Amino acid sequence: MADDLELRFERTVQAESRIEPRDWMPDGYRKTLIRQIAQHAHSEIIGMQPEGNWISRAPSLRRKAILLAKVQDEAGHGLYLYSATETLGADREDLTTKLIEGRQKYSSIFNYPTLTFADVGVIGWLVDGAAICNQVPLCRTSYGPYARAMIRICKEESFHQRQGYELLMTMMRGTQQQKDMVQDSVNRWWWPALMMFGPPDAESTNTEQSMAWRIKRDTNDELRQKFVNMSVPQAEALGVTFPDPELKWNEERGQYDFGSPDWDEFWQVVKGGGVCNEQRIAHRRKAHEDGAWVREAAAAHAAKHDARKEGAA
Amino acid sequence: MSFDNAYESLLGGEDAHWAFGTGFSEALSGVNREFPAGVDRDALAAYCLMLGDDALICSQRLAEWCSRAPELEEDIALANIALDLLGQARMLLTRAGEVLGKDEDELAYLRDEREFRNVHLAEIDCGPGPGGDFATTIARLLVFSSWRLALFSRLRGSADPVLKAIAEKGLKELAYHRDHAAQWTVRLGDGTDESHRRMQAGLDRVWPFVDELFATHSVDTVLAGVAVDPASLRSEVDGVLEAVLDAAGLTRPADTKAARVAGMAGRDGVHTEAMGYLLAEMQHLHRSLPGAVW
Repeated sequence: MADDLELRFERTVQAESRIEPRDWMPDGYRKTLIRQIAQHAHSEIIGMQPEGNWISRAPSLRRKAILLAKVQDEAGHGLYLYSATETLGADREDLTTKLIEGRQKYSSIFNYPTLTFADVGVIGWLVDGAAICNQVPLCRTSYGPYARAMIRICKEESFHQRQGYELLMTMMRGTQQQKDMVQDSVNRWWWPALMMFGPPDAESTNTEQSMAWRIKRDTNDELRQKFVNMSVPQAEALGVTFPDPELKWNEERGQYDFGSPDWDEFWQVVKGGGVCNEQRIAHRRKAHEDGAWVREAAAAHAAKHDARKEGAA
Repeated sequence: MSFDNAYESLLGGEDAHWAFGTGFSEALSGVNREFPAGVDRDALAAYCLMLGDDALICSQRLAEWCSRAPELEEDIALANIALDLLGQARMLLTRAGEVLGKDEDELAYLRDEREFRNVHLAEIDCGPGPGGDFATTIARLLVFSSWRLALFSRLRGSADPVLKAIAEKGLKELAYHRDHAAQWTVRLGDGTDESHRRMQAGLDRVWPFVDELFATHSVDTVLAGVAVDPASLRSEVDGVLEAVLDAAGLTRPADTKAARVAGMAGRDGVHTEAMGYLLAEMQHLHRSLPGAVW
């Protein structure tokens, strides 16, 4: 019986059909998905902070509106993704606890600080850009609710990326100080953006099984190369350079060659040593703890309300 | 759109799917922007600044909650309300700017504190800073949106076609803001002992600033037919607040009034100490890079 279920699961996955919440699935598949989707949801929520850092100081009302709407979208993405984990039997409160206790991770990129307003544009262009490269293949991932959430998220992320790029284009038409600000920001974010694709394939532990289950569709290195190939012409159009002396077109490969990110820095930040790791988690924890009495009140009111309705009936 | 190359539209020039790209003027497209005959234009500009600054400063405060709300749904809701108010502020500052020869950003970023005409209720810290908490924020939102909804409802009859159009557009937004605040007031008033105590404390905190909302200013008088005399809104707003507080089991605070400063308050550009810090934060980048384009 179990063998039949497993066979049917394997066939569904291999036929590129979707697994839906009520379908049988192996425990490992369920656990891997919960871990991956939760990590993605946490990234959206933690990702609100570095950009949210500039809402109060946005230098024009139009930019303020765009930024506020963008950070609001990220909260929305977090919500869809937590909902997707709930279809697998996870619980939002439990996942939030795991996040603030450091038992589940989020994208390490958000442990870097946003130091100027140009960072808002560069995050849109490069960080959202890298995220899209990672996420577009997930629109075809084998778990239905995740794939559907990703389609919606990718559309909105593309819009954010375009807004970020448009901000940089505008700044590059501005004063020398603004142009310098953009280049400085690109210098700080380029390598961390490349790290977003994860360690080199040779060192990536989760890739193989996830590829077989069609949870993941491309390797880290493939996606990183794709991102570099797409970003270089964008940088040229913008009038900025990437801080990589090894970056050059390779005629033979038909791709760009590029240098290797500092993986020691990557692991240091992943393990908690980034400029903002503690701050990001402390911020999230404070919001969650400060809000506990509000959530309790809402639950108590709902219960009283139901009881009153029943009493009246 | 193609999912295989999310970048493809980046370099193109299509503007149609930009939510904010073409600005807010579209929201009022087709509206006659001529000034009504005989209107005192300086007074009209001052009036638009009053209502515009209320929205701008309140939006700035609400946006402080972003990533700090008690739950994700509330992060989204408060950001939504802040965005609506920011949109109203932009339309009103632009209208004022048509008289003053300035754009919305010059008015938002290059005026000094004494030139801001918002009421004190909009600027005080009601949380997430040390000046309040979620309940205090809800208390302010309840009072502010109930009052502004009543005001915009009357402003639909304004002789200025732009104010009339702004009021018509803002009504639906403000009705949602009031409804959101009212629902939370009831939830918190009824929920637990702690939430009841905090909600009552929130009301007590904002109540001294309520009276200013209904004080007639000389600009209101000069602009009869264009502006709404806020004193005329008092009984309507009181009725709404009473109904919400009743449903929430809360007590209407005693009518204490914050004293004026040598007879002046927000509408005269005399603010609380909190305002200077709020503006320093809001304006510093814009002012630091003169001549920059954003």
